[in-house]
Amino acid sequence: MSDADSPDDRGVPDGERGDANEDFEPVEVFPEGDLDLRSGADSCYKCSTCDTNCPVAEVDDEFPGPKFQGPEQWRLKRKEDSEIDPSIMDCSNCMRCDDACPADVPLSQMHNEARAEYVDGQMSKFSVEYWRNRVLANYRKGAWLGSKVPRLTNALANNGPLRKLGEKLFGLTAEREFPEFATETFREWWEERGGAATSKKRAREARADRGGADVQSEDKRVAYFHGCYANYNTPEVAKAMVRVFEHFGYEVAVPEQGCSGTPMFANGMLDDARRDAETNVSNFSDLIDEGYDVICSCTSCSMSLRQEYPELFTFEGTADVAAHTYEALEYLRIHEDLRGALDEAEVGGEGEELAYHAPCHARNQGLDRQAVELFRDLDGVGVEDVGDSCSGISGTYGWKAEKYDTSMAIGEEMFAEMADADGETGMTECPTCAMQMEHGTGYEIRHPLELLEDALVAD
Amino acid sequence: MAIEQDVLVIGGGLAGATAAISAARTGADVRLVSSKQPTLRHASGLIDVLGYTPDGEGPLADPFAALSDLPEGHPYERVGRDAVEAGLALFDEIVGNTYEGNHTERNALIPTQGGRVKPTARYPASVSAGLASDERDALLVGFERLAGFDASLSAARLNATGVPFTARGAAVEFPELSSADPKVTRFAQLLDRDEGVDAGRGVRREVTERVTTHMDGEDRVGFPAVLGDDHPEEVRADLESHLGAAVFEIPMGPPSLPGLRLEDRLYDALDEAGVRIETGNPVVGYESKSRGNGVETVLVDRTGSTVPYGAEQFVLATGGLVGKGIESDRSGVEEPIFDCHVAHPSDRYDWFADDAFGDHRFARFGVDPDRELRPRDAHGKIEFDNLRAAGAVLGNYDFAAEKSGSGVSLATGSHAGRLAGENT
Ligand SMILES: Cc1cc2nc3c(=O)[nH]c(=O)nc-3n(C[C@H](O)[C@H](O)[C@H](O)COP(=O)(O)OP(=O)(O)OC[C@H]3O[C@@H](n4cnc5c(N)ncnc54)[C@H](O)[C@@H]3O)c2cc1C
Ligand code: SF4
Ligand code: SF4
Repeated sequence: MSDADSPDDRGVPDGERGDANEDFEPVEVFPEGDLDLRSGADSCYKCSTCDTNCPVAEVDDEFPGPKFQGPEQWRLKRKEDSEIDPSIMDCSNCMRCDDACPADVPLSQMHNEARAEYVDGQMSKFSVEYWRNRVLANYRKGAWLGSKVPRLTNALANNGPLRKLGEKLFGLTAEREFPEFATETFREWWEERGGAATSKKRAREARADRGGADVQSEDKRVAYFHGCYANYNTPEVAKAMVRVFEHFGYEVAVPEQGCSGTPMFANGMLDDARRDAETNVSNFSDLIDEGYDVICSCTSCSMSLRQEYPELFTFEGTADVAAHTYEALEYLRIHEDLRGALDEAEVGGEGEELAYHAPCHARNQGLDRQAVELFRDLDGVGVEDVGDSCSGISGTYGWKAEKYDTSMAIGEEMFAEMADADGETGMTECPTCAMQMEHGTGYEIRHPLELLEDALVAD
Repeated sequence: MAIEQDVLVIGGGLAGATAAISAARTGADVRLVSSKQPTLRHASGLIDVLGYTPDGEGPLADPFAALSDLPEGHPYERVGRDAVEAGLALFDEIVGNTYEGNHTERNALIPTQGGRVKPTARYPASVSAGLASDERDALLVGFERLAGFDASLSAARLNATGVPFTARGAAVEFPELSSADPKVTRFAQLLDRDEGVDAGRGVRREVTERVTTHMDGEDRVGFPAVLGDDHPEEVRADLESHLGAAVFEIPMGPPSLPGLRLEDRLYDALDEAGVRIETGNPVVGYESKSRGNGVETVLVDRTGSTVPYGAEQFVLATGGLVGKGIESDRSGVEEPIFDCHVAHPSDRYDWFADDAFGDHRFARFGVDPDRELRPRDAHGKIEFDNLRAAGAVLGNYDFAAEKSGSGVSLATGSHAGRLAGENT
């Protein structure tokens, strides 16, 4: 019912009629799941707000949208022995619908469960699609191999005819250039530099420079979750993170870690995700016990550790890791006078104009505005928000040949806004959004941590 | 502590946005924190001030004339007529020429999706050619597969209400859609982008070709409110020129594009006013000042970790039962952040009236403020010196019955925001 309607209707919107039916027996619907999603399905009052937020539904009217994928599919499953609708694979796991729902229906959790069931039960393990998805989801394994011979990998990966072949045989779009592998991974650099011991020393020096009381501080400790991309492809982002935190007097630790799991959730590979999650939770919760907080430089990684782990897994320490995980800028804003530090700082050279795109997974954590807000007062740069559209690549999504057009159609709005913005450099926290921004506009893309390093850490 | 402001507004709906802009205009440094998208997306985009009296009289031609008779405790009674006018003036300034109705204090009558006529104070410019007081005949056009608008039924009902014109209804197939249940945003986006049907002919042209065959000399054509999201003016102008007739939108239920467009405009205005905005995380509690009865910080839950936000002045604009500013369960009704007093009968069966459309007590649940909008306890004492409340979180009015939702949000939001800003 709408209030736009019916002046003589002295009722209230349906959503206010809160007479919940409370006595229910939970019914297991997605049998593999450990989760009872009944209450989530029950609180959906079909307002369709989630559907208006779904970037895939906006450009593809074949996609039934989040309301269908979540609560409706859940109900269908309950009534009959129906299969999961294959359209679940067209969801990009941007998680925008989660944030939109006024009734707190756990949409992305329902999607993750349904997708895992679909892949387990309905997708052929011999299909090219399955293996392609599996390889994409397990990017880290390929990256590990590729990074052993970075120059060769880069050359092969960007060889035109080979890419065409990749599309034909393996369903990887030939339209995109593969991200380059760094010649030295972040972890190699970190070991070379002396690991945690060096970090401890540098942090102490920084504390001493800043004077007095903090010199003995034992609580300025952070454990860095660098994820795969910053390790293999953009170590400069990871190095910036280390230097900025040391500048504020933090001792950084870099424990052994696997993939955060985001690409695996998005491809319904929950078992793969579970293996890596177990390693991550165990290694990071040990450090939390020693007083460390967990810092991520990729917003999909922080999203995963904070929200998806507790939604999907029950390892000991999962809740602890979630409660102690932060995005890098966010952490500094909470614990340091970052605004004050930036007020006094400037970036050298000519004024730089940056077109900032907030990744969906930053938006979901309430972090979509912080970079613009922070850098607004920094001398020497201008930061312009290019609007609230999704970039469209959504991790592995935009790499699939059959999804490429959808991915670019979603991104179109962002490309246009970037083209309208002053300057020809972009900025974002998400490595795949960065790929899409670059792909769609040819701009060079930076990470906010790199800008922070420029502004605060004198060489 | 690093996150610290002069004024902190909790809630990002119409009331919160207005409060934040008003506070910023006093020169205060303002932050707005909101957990979810506001109910603006559900609302029609019409700005009602007062359409019916609390006793059900109406539709009212002049909402201002009725203000002085409102019962004590009604939000309008609390803030007074000046604040109602100030709230509307602020709104007019924010929306510029995308809204109409500010030329008169009288209510306009707008046809609704169900074919009724609704009194409202401000309406989107896209709606204006549809006014029920206009004497031009109208063709209403529905789209097959767009649920919620049956043009023929609406037209028949409209004629039955005695409007001074004749309305007819027709339905056309919307081009380029293959889904059986397309989203409203999909219609809007196809029109925004005007994507090709055949070479050289876009969706806008194709729609008008299909509509023309149904026209019978009408000077205006009404469509459900899906005519564009990013470029609504351009879409409407194109349709008008292809049809050779005025085009108007008929406000629809949730999710509502006029509501979405208004939301975008409000957030642009917040940006221009220099307000710091954070959405996505809820405020879950507060800490009081060590001395006196003030609020020191509120606690924001960030996906598991709790972060304190400090300010000198706070505005609570968390909405009503829909926005989650007021919560109820079987045992009682509460304001969940500050536990402000919310009067309600102790017997749950007194919350409702037996008649579905009767006078439901729960529709008026909310906090009870003084004239500076500071919530009061059960004995009428101010609960916190530096906390004000605005919008649907306030009690003692029934927005759905009175048609006063947006007006109350604007009046109390701008009043609370200004006072908060001035007290820093
Ligand atoms: C279906 C529907 C149709 C309507 N149609 C009309 C109409 O045609 N005309 C009209 O004038 N009015 C209409 N209204 C009423 C009008 O929209 C509302 O009265 C008005 O917008 C309320 O604004 P608000 O800012 O007080 O609350 P809301 O818009 O509810 O905003 C509250 C905000 O606070 C946030 N919030 C809640 N709790 C927390 C927390 N703990 N921490 C942080 N943030 C929090 C919410 O996420 C939300 O963003 C309609 C309302 C509904 C529901
Ligand atoms: S996660 Fe994103 S793509 Fe998937 S249904 Fe939700 S909004 Fe749509
Ligand atoms: S937004 Fe939430 S309540 Fe509304 S339709 Fe989607 S899931 Fe249901």
